Amino acid sequence: MTTSNPSVPPPAVEKKQAPKGPRKLTKAEIRATEAKTKLTSPWATGIAIVMAILWTIPTFGLLVTSIRPQSSIQNSGWWTWFTNPEFTLDNYDAVLFGSSTGFLTYFVNTVVITIPAVVIPITIALLAAYAFSWIEFRGRDLLFVAVFALQIVPLQVTLIPLLSIYVDVGLAGSFWTVWLSHSIFALPLAIFMFHNFMKDIPRSLVEAARVDGAGHVRIFFRVLLPLLVPAIAAFTVFQFLWVWNDLLVALTFAGGTPNVAPLTVRLAELSGSRGQDWHLLSAGAFVALIVPLAIFLFGQRYFVRGLLAGGVKG
Amino acid sequence: MAPLSDIKSPERAGASTDDAEARAQTTPVSKSALAVGIVMILVFVGVVGIIAASFFSAVPEISWPSFLVDSSTTLEKLGLMTFVVLLFVGVMALLLFMVDSRKRVPNWTVAIAFVGPALAALLLGLIWPGVSTIIQSFYGRSPWSDPERSEFVGFDNFATLFTTSEFQVVLRNTMIWVILVPLVAVGLGLLYAVLIDRTRGEAVSKGLIFLPMAISLVGASIIWRFIYEYRAPARPQIGLANQILIWLGLDPYQFLLNSPWNTVFLIVVMVWIQTGFAMTIISAAIKAIPDDIIEAARLDGVSGLRMFRYVTIPSIRPALLVVWVTITMTTLKVFDIVRTMTGGNFQTSVVANEFYTQSFRQFDFGLGAALAVLLFVIVIPVVVYQVRQLRLSEDIR
Repeated sequence: MTTSNPSVPPPAVEKKQAPKGPRKLTKAEIRATEAKTKLTSPWATGIAIVMAILWTIPTFGLLVTSIRPQSSIQNSGWWTWFTNPEFTLDNYDAVLFGSSTGFLTYFVNTVVITIPAVVIPITIALLAAYAFSWIEFRGRDLLFVAVFALQIVPLQVTLIPLLSIYVDVGLAGSFWTVWLSHSIFALPLAIFMFHNFMKDIPRSLVEAARVDGAGHVRIFFRVLLPLLVPAIAAFTVFQFLWVWNDLLVALTFAGGTPNVAPLTVRLAELSGSRGQDWHLLSAGAFVALIVPLAIFLFGQRYFVRGLLAGGVKG
Repeated sequence: MAPLSDIKSPERAGASTDDAEARAQTTPVSKSALAVGIVMILVFVGVVGIIAASFFSAVPEISWPSFLVDSSTTLEKLGLMTFVVLLFVGVMALLLFMVDSRKRVPNWTVAIAFVGPALAALLLGLIWPGVSTIIQSFYGRSPWSDPERSEFVGFDNFATLFTTSEFQVVLRNTMIWVILVPLVAVGLGLLYAVLIDRTRGEAVSKGLIFLPMAISLVGASIIWRFIYEYRAPARPQIGLANQILIWLGLDPYQFLLNSPWNTVFLIVVMVWIQTGFAMTIISAAIKAIPDDIIEAARLDGVSGLRMFRYVTIPSIRPALLVVWVTITMTTLKVFDIVRTMTGGNFQTSVVANEFYTQSFRQFDFGLGAALAVLLFVIVIPVVVYQVRQLRLSEDIR
């Protein structure tokens, strides 16, 4: 098996061989799968539609609220908007540029936090996963299991000692604390995911390159990296959403200063201090969620693939 | 988090059967090796920990160049970000270049260059802090590394957690969360996955349920706090939930104030987020059920609900278990929802939120550490299960 040419799948697995990406089904296949698990009845359709509506309405309600004038928000429910449509961008203006909210500054902070916190762990984890998959060294499997097991360490366990380390070395209150923390916390999952993907690359491919005299560094860049693009995309979407949406790490290390704190911290603060100012909260929530939403819609395919490969973060 | 590799998703089913032999070589995980490994790691961590502790308390505060730690304008921030990314990529490239430049470098040098950065980061940022927190959980309010003020209290912190009525409420709430969220999310996810399987517009209907996963927990909390918003009966309601009560001819209700039901209303938010995750995984598992099984059952005259009960459910059992475990672990650690919606007041606090309150509001590091350790301990059985699943799936393939 190990010597089989990767471009020719072994006949035994032909039936299960799934196509990469979506593919058109033949009529026979459609008919075969049609009756598979389907519960066809008006009830089924009805329940599905009710669920879909229930899951959408909360977000939709807040979106409608964010474009209504402040006085209307306070005096009538958002559902009256359908009979009395109004439109204003004042709320967004207030939340982004208002002196008491200043979401624009925090938006920049979130971007500055997120990008390095995605790039750094991916780089480190790719190298480590390569070593765990393709370099023979003593104690490798033991180490890999240890790294895998580290996924379960709850963040909470690490926060205070880490904070005191940052204070000791004089990094407290800077972006470094958040970058380093997010990078470290992401490593076990990233290594595990990349290792999973690398295992599936045929051994013969690597062997062939080795026979041609390629060292590990060249094998890594020339042979594996191009094949790993989907895995990297999957983890990027993952880590991006995680870091962008994180509250705990940012709250602990970045505090509430406009120099470092991200959107989530500001939003949580606003929700606590001005909990009834729905015109600010609704617009603020949408400012915070528009980018992850776009990334999510754009990268949904990779995200799902990552989920299936074992990437769920805690 | 969970090894979902045992779910045969369409994408992976083909590739994974290829080189079983290669895989057997890459990760054989035996029980005794695991035990030895864990003991070794603990010893190692202890030694490193002591060294690290003395090191960090010994170093004088480093005076970093101000542009590195102190950026207040947008331009400075973006500049620093670019600098960091370039610096980091540069260092890694240099490392690899050094490994590669000499012919015939010994294998272990390469291994260290590839694994070293990750291991160093994990040791310093995850293992050592974890050990430190475990030690702290046996000490009083002050940090244990400060010998003048700290005092050893044994299991007192844990005793406090389990015997004080205030914390018993916290534990009770956590238990309700951990039981209800996976139960309802997996149930609804399964229901929805089955209902929309192979219907028209499946991708869209999935997307609608899945979307909340992209929203931060803080954002989700605000969305739901708005739904639960309460106004006195005389005034027009602006929260949808209370408006529905009014439409039904009932009085408006303080959803977030009245214990113990307020915990349930907070749980709704988590269910709203996690159902999409459960649905996605379960849906993939349903699609991976081999056609011949379905055909055979159909020939035997099985259909409808009985098909679901006797064919679909047993076939996707591994997926259901993994989803369950994963959601349980996620739920245990979530604190954003409680913090944003009630701040842990009105008897809604959970362990993860109480950890934050004790550590960063009360500055009782001993109790905070004990709560964090508690989270860790609850998670351990789940981990054992996970590792066993990993081994199982390795064995099967």
